[in-house]
Amino acid sequence: MQEAMIAKAKELLANGSVSRVIGWKKGEFSYDISPAVFETAEQIDADFVYDFFCAANVSKYLMKESRKEGKTLAFLKPCDSYSFAQLLKEHRIDREKVYVVGIECYGKADINKIREKGIDGVLGIKEDGTNFVIDSLYGDATVAKMDVYAERCLNCKSKKHIDVDEMLGEEGDVLDSKRFDEVAKLEAMTPDERYEFWRGELSRCIRCNACRNVCPACTCENCVFDNPNSDINNKAAATSFEENMYHIIRAFHVAGRCTDCGECSRVCPQNIPIHLLNRKFIKDINELYGEYQAGANPEERYPLVNFTFGDCEPSIVHKRGGNQ
Amino acid sequence: MQVEDKEFRPTIVAFCCNWCSYAGADLSGTNRLQYPANVKIIRIPCSCRLNPMFILRAFQRGADGVILCGCHPGDCHYTTGNYYARRRMTLLFSMLDFLGIEKERTRVEWVSAAEGQKFAETMNDFVATVTKLGENHRLEDLRCKKQ
Repeated sequence: MQEAMIAKAKELLANGSVSRVIGWKKGEFSYDISPAVFETAEQIDADFVYDFFCAANVSKYLMKESRKEGKTLAFLKPCDSYSFAQLLKEHRIDREKVYVVGIECYGKADINKIREKGIDGVLGIKEDGTNFVIDSLYGDATVAKMDVYAERCLNCKSKKHIDVDEMLGEEGDVLDSKRFDEVAKLEAMTPDERYEFWRGELSRCIRCNACRNVCPACTCENCVFDNPNSDINNKAAATSFEENMYHIIRAFHVAGRCTDCGECSRVCPQNIPIHLLNRKFIKDINELYGEYQAGANPEERYPLVNFTFGDCEPSIVHKRGGNQ
Repeated sequence: MQVEDKEFRPTIVAFCCNWCSYAGADLSGTNRLQYPANVKIIRIPCSCRLNPMFILRAFQRGADGVILCGCHPGDCHYTTGNYYARRRMTLLFSMLDFLGIEKERTRVEWVSAAEGQKFAETMNDFVATVTKLGENHRLEDLRCKKQ
């Protein structure tokens, strides 16, 4: 895959149809991969990488890149593709200035899960049937793919691309995922248990704002959390209220627009399952206002700027079973 | 001698739409209907003006319950505002409940300008519910507590 992508990028750069390429490059460590913009074939040869650690969603970077002179080539995984379509719908990206190449994705590895398996000093990752062969300072180690896939990949919602100019590899289908199971499990708890659960999770928040910064749905130029008069632009949350407030409002601001790409939880340095809050909103929207997948259909209005006369009343929350 | 009042009186914030519930509250006043004095009314131009942040902010600053009153669906002064508010509040309340915050502390009621009676009844009922729940601890901000 990586070779095919490099060849494609070089070809398009050489014939002048794009002036830059957005992809991934190796960081300090092989598992520490970040999105990067390449402008020459030499840069691509030196740094371009695509492997099982390339989990970052590059669609948000296109907001900035599509404002530049010339076209940008973007390699989008299915997850990125949904975010891209959603950003297009919100007029954040100039479609004319982007050349999208869809790439297949069979799930990304989670470095924390690899570490939990006792594998340190990771140098690289290769696939071998249903296993990953992980090259490390202490020799090769083999682990089952299912054991080290990121949580969001275990519950992958779709392998389908929404808006691409060209595909590299096979186009997949929307999957029947079990991504709401964990939300349902929480809903089945008592309010006290839920409160304890979320206190335990949210009290670890250090307000680094990484979840907001990485989120392809969080695209406001002036964010409500940066307002110095709001009492909530502190670096560290001073009370439990702030933690709750930040996470409720962050999730609310992307409700109905969140494509469930799972980037928020991936970047969280404290491993807070932030995606569960987003999924709760998606689940509620699906149950109350009909199935909706943000980004999937450019024509559809998103649920929070839409209504029907027969919508349920807010008191349904007080009555509803399964959310006791 | 001053007798200390030990009974718990919740602070309730009622966001009322200017065009209906606010007038409804007026009507219940002119009709001399009783509702508890610890309901603090904040006038908003439409129920959909209510930013979810306002609700959280009210809890932060010491409210024990927050109620939103607006025009009946279909009667919005701006035609469709309350339909949007209805969806937003449903999702927000569901999220508060998901985080384990007592769902009875938040409520939406549709009260028209002619329903002074309903306004007073709603407030009496809501205050009774919140009094039973007690003080708001799950969404409190210690910095804003009275010493």
